[in-house]
Amino acid sequence: MSAVAQTESALPMRRRSVTRRKAVDLLIKVLSWIGAWFGIAVMAFIVWEVVVRGAAALNWDFFTKSTPQDFTASAGAGMANAIVGTLVITGFAAAIGIPIGFLAGVYLAEFGRNGRLATSVRMIANVVMGVPSIIVGVFAFAIMVRPVGHYSGIAGAVALAFIMLPVMARTTEDILNLVPNELRESALAMGVPRWKVTLGVICKAARGGLITGATLAIVRVAGETAPLLFTALSSPYWLTGLFGPGGFFGGPTANLTKTIYDFAGSPYPYLQELAWGGALVIIIAVLGMNVLVRLVFQRGKKW
Amino acid sequence: MGTVDLDIRPGAEGPRGVAEATPRGRRGRFGDPIFRVLATACGLTVALGMFGLAAVLVYNSWPAITGLGTHVITTVAWSPTTGEYGALAALTGTFLSTLVAMVIAVPLALVIALLLVELVHPAVARVVGTAIEMLAAIPSIIFGMVGIFVIVPFMQDTFVPWVLSTPLGELPGIKPGETFQQGGVSIFTAGIVLAFMILPFITAVSRDVMAMVPQVTKEAGYGMGSTTWEVMHKISLRYANSGIVGAVFIGLGRALGETMAVAFLIGSVYDKLPTSLFDPGTSIASLIANTFSEATDEIQLSALIELGLILFLITVLFQIAAQFWLRRVQRSTGGRA
Amino acid sequence: MVGTKVEEPTQMTSEATVVPPRLEVAEDRRGGDEDFDSLPSQISVRGLDFFYGKEQALFSNDIEIKQNRVTAVIGPSGCGKSTHIRTYNRIFNLYRDQRAKGEIMMDGENILSSQTDLLDLRRRVGMIFQKPSPFPMTVFDNVAYGLRQHYKLSRSELSDRVEHALKRSAIWDEVKNKLSEPGNALSGGQQQRLCIARAIAAEPEVLLMDEPCSAIDPVATAKIEELVLDLKSRYTIVLVTHNMQQAARVSDYTAFFFQGYIVEFGPTTQIFSNPAQKQTEEYITGRFG
Repeated sequence: MSAVAQTESALPMRRRSVTRRKAVDLLIKVLSWIGAWFGIAVMAFIVWEVVVRGAAALNWDFFTKSTPQDFTASAGAGMANAIVGTLVITGFAAAIGIPIGFLAGVYLAEFGRNGRLATSVRMIANVVMGVPSIIVGVFAFAIMVRPVGHYSGIAGAVALAFIMLPVMARTTEDILNLVPNELRESALAMGVPRWKVTLGVICKAARGGLITGATLAIVRVAGETAPLLFTALSSPYWLTGLFGPGGFFGGPTANLTKTIYDFAGSPYPYLQELAWGGALVIIIAVLGMNVLVRLVFQRGKKW
Repeated sequence: MGTVDLDIRPGAEGPRGVAEATPRGRRGRFGDPIFRVLATACGLTVALGMFGLAAVLVYNSWPAITGLGTHVITTVAWSPTTGEYGALAALTGTFLSTLVAMVIAVPLALVIALLLVELVHPAVARVVGTAIEMLAAIPSIIFGMVGIFVIVPFMQDTFVPWVLSTPLGELPGIKPGETFQQGGVSIFTAGIVLAFMILPFITAVSRDVMAMVPQVTKEAGYGMGSTTWEVMHKISLRYANSGIVGAVFIGLGRALGETMAVAFLIGSVYDKLPTSLFDPGTSIASLIANTFSEATDEIQLSALIELGLILFLITVLFQIAAQFWLRRVQRSTGGRA
Repeated sequence: MVGTKVEEPTQMTSEATVVPPRLEVAEDRRGGDEDFDSLPSQISVRGLDFFYGKEQALFSNDIEIKQNRVTAVIGPSGCGKSTHIRTYNRIFNLYRDQRAKGEIMMDGENILSSQTDLLDLRRRVGMIFQKPSPFPMTVFDNVAYGLRQHYKLSRSELSDRVEHALKRSAIWDEVKNKLSEPGNALSGGQQQRLCIARAIAAEPEVLLMDEPCSAIDPVATAKIEELVLDLKSRYTIVLVTHNMQQAARVSDYTAFFFQGYIVEFGPTTQIFSNPAQKQTEEYITGRFG
């Protein structure tokens, strides 16, 4: 193939303005920098505000006394019962959500894999992760509060567990998928039963990621408020045990997030101050755990 | 002879698809099938959970659905005392605040992602990226509190008066309507805070997808004499657009359902439509949050649950759309998004 | 110097290890006969050094790339061939720790200076990469990319030029009904010719080709080699290749690189039949690399 048609326009072409193109490019770059700084500034600003306003409220009383029953009080109370309540509720939620979520993740990664059922489960899990947490609260209300006629801490825990399930499942699946096949095969080839291979060998290999995933899932629901609004509600009292009107299964349970919501929305400055203290505790816990797991285990998982 | 467990898994790569023989002693005989059943059951729990949730919502909102008909979504008057449950104001507020949030968050997310992928040293990108991810971890109630104690006064005392004093203040949609209260608690304020709540996620996904553009393709673009912005928007964004669209849908879903921050900041005007971005309003989620506990009337409760059902359906739709778009990314790159 | 010919039949095992006893010299190559110094130089390189961070990769390269000729750049892996030609369009500027020093003169200006307009330089110097890399857009849009970017054209003129570029790249017949299909729906060899069409549509002066055939099949390779011979009448071509037969078939001048140095540069016929340097001869005859 030698000659190609030389029928091409010999007319010179009009050039587009290079200055203009460079100007647009520069503008976008400047906007990028501004945007990035702005994003970081907002983040820093939020943390700053919480720290400054909340620090004033953190004293010995804060961590030992319960929330004031007299709203006009201006000192001498704390958020201790709420903190304990959150820990108990989150603990129960984790006890339900982590194992089930973990096993669901095992199913997705080890058994179902690309099968039809597993693909559907996976997609549904993704969808559920996007359901607003208040809807989960309404759901828990409908199945756990309405039938028995009273609020309870366990209802809140169930709501939180529901939220935790798909997160834990997908995180577990992603982590387990990172473990190389060779490890599975060599263990199985030695005649070790499947369940031992999965729980022993593979989970050991993926230990860091799994702990990270579980921690982040727990921390995420610990900061939730909406699911507790109509389930655990809140309470100015300490938990008096498991059953009975003051108990975990029997009545409203104090918790940090709902209490903050109530106090922040109230017109009483002292309560607002307590709310800021609570916010600070939450931010320290949430951000602290996030940073901690990432540092300790290097490979932190996002969402 | 049941001594060998054949496990042929579909879709397995390499030797994993070959039948596994696990010799069984006494000990292993029940372990494996039990384990498998257990794991599958847990997997199903996740799936059934969603259907259960939908069913419960439908069941509990049935009285409202049959009793109120379409009034819930077409009328504006929301007054439990007179038995009227028109949630049009809530729907409008949800829609508007989400719109404001998306208009602010999406472009911002894209330029930040551009910066992280193209304009800074990788170490800096990691730090900035982590900082923005931290923003995602902050619980929404904190956003709400900072919003109400800091942003709202700022809006009220500074920003809104300033905007209203400029020609912008005369535009429809900005000009204060009859429900205007002071400009602090408003749709716009809620929208701004919402924007920062969904920004981290969209930024992170955009960054990840844009980083997947092959280096050769970008070099080819630069080699043709393109500027950074031209390579980004003609090449990288096109390459990444499925992932970005998916992320935007997910962000949309979150903004629609966000409760705590919005409840603090959007106001509680349940029975009038806002005519300005600076008017207070309400959203579905905050309407539920604010009035649910005091709902003594059967029908009111049912109406609120029906609203919850509506919100649920909308967010599920957006999530499904997002999954669709994100799967297109998986298919083109062969990996998981 | 030592021009021993091996009179054995050719054995085509792998690409870069066996040299045929007699090299096929294309008819229209005049590399051995013309007066080198009187030819206009498109690119003159003097004292080019290149660094990846602290590590120096090119050492005092001097070379003249002649207009409307094909200059082949050969050498073993890692000798700096790609690094060298990537200085001609300053694509290395994308990477923070890569630096070049020295002079690369094009049209009387040193393109390594900070005053150089990179956008314009890259308009004039086009590049084809080893891996075919069509943009994520239709075939038409791929070819029209450079035209739309640098020039203001009417729809019909754009269309004409795209068609012409595709014809010159010997791919028009294969894609004329596929213009609105995505670029990556084509086969590997077609994608590479698409990339060539894309590069020439914007009327560059120089075409840099960095091992353009190493990722595609032999039949497509042959088509691209024919194309190169045809294109040189309009463009100056610099071709990096690890396939010596290709260099012999297609180029007028050849530069042999080794460990960042240009060991020898001259007319292709001379390099392959009568190399002046021992290293060149050793590489040509397959004793290393």
